[in-house]
Amino acid sequence: MIKIENLVKTFGAKRAVDGISFSVERGEVLGFLGPNGAGKSTTMRMVTGFMPPTAGRISIGGYDVVESPLEAKRLIGYLPENAASYPDMTVHGFLSFVAELRGLRGDARRQAVHRVVELCFLESVLGQSIDTLSKGYRHRTCLAQALIHDPEVLIMDEPTDGLDPNQKHEVRNLIRELGKSKAIVFSTHILEEVDAACTRAIIIDRGRIVASGTPDELGRPLDEVFRRLTLPDTVQA
Amino acid sequence: MKAVWIIAKRELTSYFTSPVAYVFLVIFLLLTGFFTFTAGNFFERGEASLAAFFGWHPWLYLVLVPAVGMRLWAEERRAGTLELLLTMPITPWQAILAKFLASWAFLAVALFLTFPAVITVNLLGSPDNGVIFAGYLGSFFLAGAYLAISCMTSAMTRNQVVAFILSVVICLFLLLAGFNPVTDLLVRWASPVAVDTVAAFSVVTHFDGFQRGVIDTRDLFFFLSVIGFALFATGVIIRGHRAG
Repeated sequence: MIKIENLVKTFGAKRAVDGISFSVERGEVLGFLGPNGAGKSTTMRMVTGFMPPTAGRISIGGYDVVESPLEAKRLIGYLPENAASYPDMTVHGFLSFVAELRGLRGDARRQAVHRVVELCFLESVLGQSIDTLSKGYRHRTCLAQALIHDPEVLIMDEPTDGLDPNQKHEVRNLIRELGKSKAIVFSTHILEEVDAACTRAIIIDRGRIVASGTPDELGRPLDEVFRRLTLPDTVQA
Repeated sequence: MKAVWIIAKRELTSYFTSPVAYVFLVIFLLLTGFFTFTAGNFFERGEASLAAFFGWHPWLYLVLVPAVGMRLWAEERRAGTLELLLTMPITPWQAILAKFLASWAFLAVALFLTFPAVITVNLLGSPDNGVIFAGYLGSFFLAGAYLAISCMTSAMTRNQVVAFILSVVICLFLLLAGFNPVTDLLVRWASPVAVDTVAAFSVVTHFDGFQRGVIDTRDLFFFLSVIGFALFATGVIIRGHRAG
């Protein structure tokens, strides 16, 4: 479903992403690991069509993201970093807006909103405006937005960031459940999530892939492997 | 076209669910009233026209229109919703057009609410309502031109204050280039041809005709060009940010 070849992104002289290749099939959950500033968010922004890559190819379900962006974007559900949403809208208004933009009308739209509201436990805040919500609810609202069109590809940038332990557990279970029928990529720097939700993981550091495989193949204990492979961001390359 | 409508609808609703719309409308109506009837000597003029009303619009809009336009893109970038919006299955042009049209429609609402001025002048005398209609049309396009420029400066920054100030400065240039006290001053140093050329780029020059009741396609074309150019620049700026 997702196929990425030699992806490069430079900002001025800095190579944020430096020749990353991987692919994810339906039924796989790929954990995207790396220290802060390793290029995780930049990679995801390119995959979702937000940023054009400097070089390399991205194809989603056979559609090239640069050449046929609309077709590719239709297949993707995206949870951006910090789970942004329009603070002045109500949860219901926001989800209806996204459903409409995703091409859902009338009954299909109502059903889609109903489905994600149940999936993300949002019934109790449906009529509240988003800026009055706690971080956990805000996060789940944005997650609901990503799932509203039942996408085949799900890209999530730190989906458990800022959640309490119960919410983290729920989101991981949800990811594992959804992963049975979708191709999922999610980034994290919490290593326990790899075991909890991923079928495969990639570790990147300074824009390059330094390790890839199932959690067992990467080696144990994971945090030692991670420290050995990546440099703290205070160290100059 | 459907996506444009969906985004424009959201944008317009967000004006009215926040206090922004009401504060703006009240201030706009108070100021137009004050400038027309008090500063514009509406009653002392002894003529049944809205010249005192429209004459102030280029100056009023100078501050008020950037206040409407400054949030359009700056806020999306600051809140991070830009990423959400542009990863939807829409083209950036649809989003730019939708946001512009929504705030233009909002300004049209504000302009429409000045209708008591039209009623007043019709009660007091018998004005040429064709001239008044042309004035409204010109004022609407003038607002559109300022708004498109605010849209562009809003895309340049995530800080609304910076967007506002940049927009006021650019609009001020477009205003002063054809403002009589300024052009009279310029004639002393530059050739009349040069002054006329500069004045041709001014919104005042092209708004004048409308105020006299003349709907000239060249003036319409000018305002539409300014809008088209500024929106195109908005697209280039938004693309530029993402290209890194």
